[in-house]
Amino acid sequence: MQDLKAIANRIRRRDLQAVFEAGAGHIGGEMSAIDILTALYFHVLDVDPTAPKKPDRDRFVLSKGHTANALYVTLAEAGFIPRDEVATFLKPHSRLNGHPNCTKVPGVETNTGPLGHGLPVAVGMAKAAQMSGASWRTFVLTGDGEMQEGSNWEAAMAAAQFKLDNLTLIIDHNRLQQGARLADTNNLAPIPPRFEAFGWAVVEIDGNDMDAIVGALAPEARVAGKPKCIVAHTNKGQGISFMQDRVEWHHKVPSREQYEQAMKELEAAAQ
Amino acid sequence: MNAETKLYDCRDAFVGTLEALAEANPEIVAVCNDSVGSSKLGGFRDRWPDRLVNVGIAEQNMVGVGAGLANGGKLPFVCGAACFLTGRALEQIKADIAYSNANVKLCGISAGMAYGELGPTHHSIEDFAWLRALPNLPVIAPCDRAETAAATRFAASYEGPLFLRLSRVGVPDILPDDHEFALGKANRLREGSDLTIIANGVLTHRALAAADLLAGNGIEARVLNMATVRPIDEEAIGAAAADTGAILTCEEHTVFGGLGSAVAEVVVRGRPVPMEILGVPGIFPPTGSANFLLDEFGMSPEGIAERAMALLKRKA
Ligand SMILES: Cc1ncc(C[n+]2csc(CCOP(=O)(O)OP(=O)(O)O)c2C)c(N)n1
Ligand SMILES: [Mg+2]
Repeated sequence: MQDLKAIANRIRRRDLQAVFEAGAGHIGGEMSAIDILTALYFHVLDVDPTAPKKPDRDRFVLSKGHTANALYVTLAEAGFIPRDEVATFLKPHSRLNGHPNCTKVPGVETNTGPLGHGLPVAVGMAKAAQMSGASWRTFVLTGDGEMQEGSNWEAAMAAAQFKLDNLTLIIDHNRLQQGARLADTNNLAPIPPRFEAFGWAVVEIDGNDMDAIVGALAPEARVAGKPKCIVAHTNKGQGISFMQDRVEWHHKVPSREQYEQAMKELEAAAQ
Repeated sequence: MNAETKLYDCRDAFVGTLEALAEANPEIVAVCNDSVGSSKLGGFRDRWPDRLVNVGIAEQNMVGVGAGLANGGKLPFVCGAACFLTGRALEQIKADIAYSNANVKLCGISAGMAYGELGPTHHSIEDFAWLRALPNLPVIAPCDRAETAAATRFAASYEGPLFLRLSRVGVPDILPDDHEFALGKANRLREGSDLTIIANGVLTHRALAAADLLAGNGIEARVLNMATVRPIDEEAIGAAAADTGAILTCEEHTVFGGLGSAVAEVVVRGRPVPMEILGVPGIFPPTGSANFLLDEFGMSPEGIAERAMALLKRKA
């Protein structure tokens, strides 16, 4: 567990640096999701950087594709792409653009960017495994604002109808979307009873607590015959005091001063 | 364009005009999808919080709601990133807006490749093709601040749906401040008899710069700003073919089905002349800013001029 926390801290720092250097990115939603990404890639997913397309791999879909850079840094840390390549984020002709591209970046399963695409695709993946009697699992991470897209609810119905207990949806519930709080835009609360009513098994966790994440993602936590929804209560900007829970950090870029302070805070947390 | 030429983000002209119109007409409402910031609707929201309908991240719902608001007597300006507004909600645009003749103004913000490095999911370089295939939906891509403001005023006065394609990429002033927008009418920005360059949106100022370069080589290009892609200005295209004998089109759009295709449809029916269509060459663009990508795809002033010279070799 200490290891996972250390890895997450490293990913946060690399992510911060890349966004600062590129002068663009979606840092708030990256910080909120990095603990979940770390648990998935370093504890849960059966994936192999040397064989990123092996047929029986677990599938992970980053539906909130605007936080691509957190995925790139995680993939680099996990050995799917060279570590140095992160420095090319958003540079002309880099394969690391602002949203992940599966035709270019090993480890990416499907292209995202428009919100509300990951869950339907993940339902198809999980359905394929079910049809072939395969044991690999499918995980998808969405934003909470993203759940306002109707496509998600069409997919939620399908997943329950198909009894996809090999599918796990993690909602990064950081309470903020692009321009405002969910509560002031199009509130989804309460999320758990909505998913229960749609026929899903639901758990709520602290999505920035590594033990809680690992526990919720354990294979034993499967509920037979039901897709699983993990409502992960997170903080947008988690780990950086002045970004935390502040809407403007959806895609603001830190000044040099802010960058240095943020880095100091993350370094202190690593001790 | 010299280094001092001032560049403007046309979203400012759009919202400035929209707010002026909204002041005079209380039925004007804005509809958006968590896009208050990216559509620059903050000022509108502060002035008329009750007249801003933010449906959240839900474009299909946004367009449907727009149609319902129009039915209920409102004059909705539906504002969202062009890629999601047109791509995600295309069937709503077809059935609820165009086919139902809902008096809704669809405002596609940051169209073309304005989102640059965010990549092909965020580029809106298919919208001319998608939308000009629909009956009853004028498609308009202004080239500068004055035309953006004029087209916005026109949108409010026009009875029926239309699509305004707006960019955030900086462009210089081209048309006079008091420019009046006329639907389906091109503006002749430069006279010439050797060929005609037709452009719109962020390509118009590049086309003018290309014409300057050509003039340096003794080639006189007519330049048409053709903001309206549908209904297209058949008269201006016919005259360009007859008078200049060669047509080069430039657009921030795929070469499949956009401005160039619309012009070619007229040219082949009337008076076939050699043509070249400059645009995104039918690929998902690589990583890069909008201006970088335009240059990359041969739409720098030099690239356009070069294509024009090649075209002239084919002229009878
Ligand atoms: C279909 C679609 N509409 C709009 C956007 C623009 N957009 C990008 S991120 C975002 C907010 C997402 O909020 P949330 O899902 O809560 O993500 P997080 O807080 O984790 O960053 C919006 C509206 C988009 N990418 N796709
Ligand atoms: Mg959120």
